Amino acid sequence: MSEIRHFDEMWGRTEEVRGPYRELDGWIKGEDPARLRAKQREAEELFRLTGITFNVYGRDEAEERLIPFDIIPRIMSGAEWRKLCRGIEQRVRAINQFLYDIYHRQEIIRAGRIPAEMIERNAAFLPQMCGVNPPGGIYTHIVGIDLVRTGEDQFYVLEDNARTPSGVSYMLENRETMLHMFPELFAQNKVRPVSNYPTDLRRSLAACAPTMTTGRPTVAVLTPGIFNSAYFEHAFLADQMGVELVEGQDIRIIDGRVAMRTTCGYKPIDVLYRRVDDDYLDPLNFRPDSQLGVPGIMDVYRAGGITIANAPGTGIADDKAIYSYMPDIVEFYTGERPLLENVPTWRCAEADAFAYVREHLHELVVKEVHGSGGYGMLVGPTATKKDIAEFRKKFEARPANYIAQPTLSLSTVPIFNRAGLTPRHVDLRPFVQVSPQGINITPGGLTRVALKKGSLVVNSSQGGGTKDTWVLDD
Amino acid sequence: MRLNIRHVTTYSFEDPVAYGLQQLRKTPKSTWGQTVTEWQTDVAGGAKEVSFEDHHNNVVELISFERQATKVVVTSTGVVEIDDTAGVMGKHKGPSPLWLYLRSTPLTHVGPGVRALVRTAREADSDLDKLHKLMAAIRDVVAYEVGSSYPDWTAEQAIEEGRGVCQDHTHIFAAAARELGFPARYVSGYLMLDDRLAQDAMHAWAEAHVDGLGWVGFDVSNSISPDTRYVRVATGLDYHEAAPVTGTRIGGADETLRVDIEVAQQ
Repeated sequence: MSEIRHFDEMWGRTEEVRGPYRELDGWIKGEDPARLRAKQREAEELFRLTGITFNVYGRDEAEERLIPFDIIPRIMSGAEWRKLCRGIEQRVRAINQFLYDIYHRQEIIRAGRIPAEMIERNAAFLPQMCGVNPPGGIYTHIVGIDLVRTGEDQFYVLEDNARTPSGVSYMLENRETMLHMFPELFAQNKVRPVSNYPTDLRRSLAACAPTMTTGRPTVAVLTPGIFNSAYFEHAFLADQMGVELVEGQDIRIIDGRVAMRTTCGYKPIDVLYRRVDDDYLDPLNFRPDSQLGVPGIMDVYRAGGITIANAPGTGIADDKAIYSYMPDIVEFYTGERPLLENVPTWRCAEADAFAYVREHLHELVVKEVHGSGGYGMLVGPTATKKDIAEFRKKFEARPANYIAQPTLSLSTVPIFNRAGLTPRHVDLRPFVQVSPQGINITPGGLTRVALKKGSLVVNSSQGGGTKDTWVLDD
Repeated sequence: MRLNIRHVTTYSFEDPVAYGLQQLRKTPKSTWGQTVTEWQTDVAGGAKEVSFEDHHNNVVELISFERQATKVVVTSTGVVEIDDTAGVMGKHKGPSPLWLYLRSTPLTHVGPGVRALVRTAREADSDLDKLHKLMAAIRDVVAYEVGSSYPDWTAEQAIEEGRGVCQDHTHIFAAAARELGFPARYVSGYLMLDDRLAQDAMHAWAEAHVDGLGWVGFDVSNSISPDTRYVRVATGLDYHEAAPVTGTRIGGADETLRVDIEVAQQ
């Protein structure tokens, strides 16, 4: 540990093991590295058997790949977690109020806190949602906020993922694998469970059922089908929640409801957790060429006959250009100072920002405004001259399509490799459920780790791996 | 003026329809200068599923076809009372923000044809003058010819061809008005032609939003602003959003559509 520029969550900046990691440290010291190496291989084999793989976009064939798993858990104390949760709750409340406002009176624009063109020119603004009141007033039922840490107390939100956060199946499988392989660790450490996630999700979704629901609400998961890169997760979640997994072709509009085919005829759905994007959700109301959606579902939704989770049009809140206004958004709706930091962001649509960014590409992270998954992004400090030159062409042709951020000094957590414990950069995606009954955050989340030394890109599509994430019950 | 309206659409299919839905925007609402005293829509060969008001404030009804239907008949009848407002429809009410009506759509895409029309209207004293000039300019360039255009023609295509129907005139007007900075929308509705009971089709005209006045109607095909013979039924950014019927179905090859519309003064 010669160059301690980054905050390491196990060793801090001083090489004295931090509190939450003490038990783990003692355990590792008592283990034979050869046994741990064997365990690491065993973990990989387990994942292959469970079949958690994902398709990598942008390749000739949809190649199935395993996301590497690292056996060293990422650990947070109860106090750290509680503090983080307060920030997440505040942010999620603000996002829901923002969405309600944007699709109603747009007070935040009238108040001059967001320029009108940020919404007017935004492809994620869905006119069909204007004036719609989603059941329970909830737009984002499931949120997966991406956070990074830069110090003992500094957390930054990278992205809000208010649309369709994925990855929760990894959180669950990672824990299951660790419990299976290292039961002794869970005896030494009091780790809060994550296994309630599917039950909690089902309960949270059911609490969002439309008012016309009678009896126990029927929940279902809508998937685009087996060719979708996250199909495994859709099937997994439906199975874990004990609800039906449906595709558009299984659904009809019957008696004013959205009904799915079952072995005993068509049954109305009260809450649909949809993993189909807005554009494809309803060929009668959106893209007519969509084969994946449910014709007429928007009509039933607007008549109050179904809850769609997340609500159509929520994408406006996780647009990267809107992101830069999140501190204002939080203040405007909650009247409080934001508890979580936003990464300072240059909006390249603005002339000054563009001028600065084009001169500093080599030190900035530049992202597409509407992109996700780490595609089409430039990480200046680690990019080659050729990468930068190529990126510059695209960037200068359409500056408004980009935002830029400073390279944060992301925290590290050790991974276990041939050299033993080696620090690697991580991020964290906690999973949040929102219903009229409250906001529930599963203790833990998905920790993604950049496996390449020095790399800051944790996206699984770009060679990142995952770790189990522990919140201690202390 | 009090108008009696009867509007029947009959869809027939050679092969039965396995599953089909139609979105209807066929119900006029009481708004500025227009009072709907009676209105009823009946469906034969199908069932009403839900009804709601969309983001343009239109009443929308979703109907499903009966299993194996070969014919679906939708009959709307009612009485609407109209006051003369000189085409002024008043303040924008939402729920969509006014700026939405500055958005262009594929049918109202602005190209060289629309831009040329915009240039002729730019030099005018007032907003209203500009829009009236625009209306006249469109009539000069695009002749009204019944049956001369295709329903999927864009504003630019109609200008190129130099002919069109009310739908084309309305698309051109909306595109050009937006280019001039006026929020504009497509209106689908009824026009009572004095010399006959049976009307050929629904009519279409445009509305532009003028500061101080609110929405103002322009019927390019007839070179006037709507008067007491006009019944507003639905609005949208273009024909697709205001169309009386939008459908989707599985099965049901060889569709034939018959439309019967009667508008009479009571």
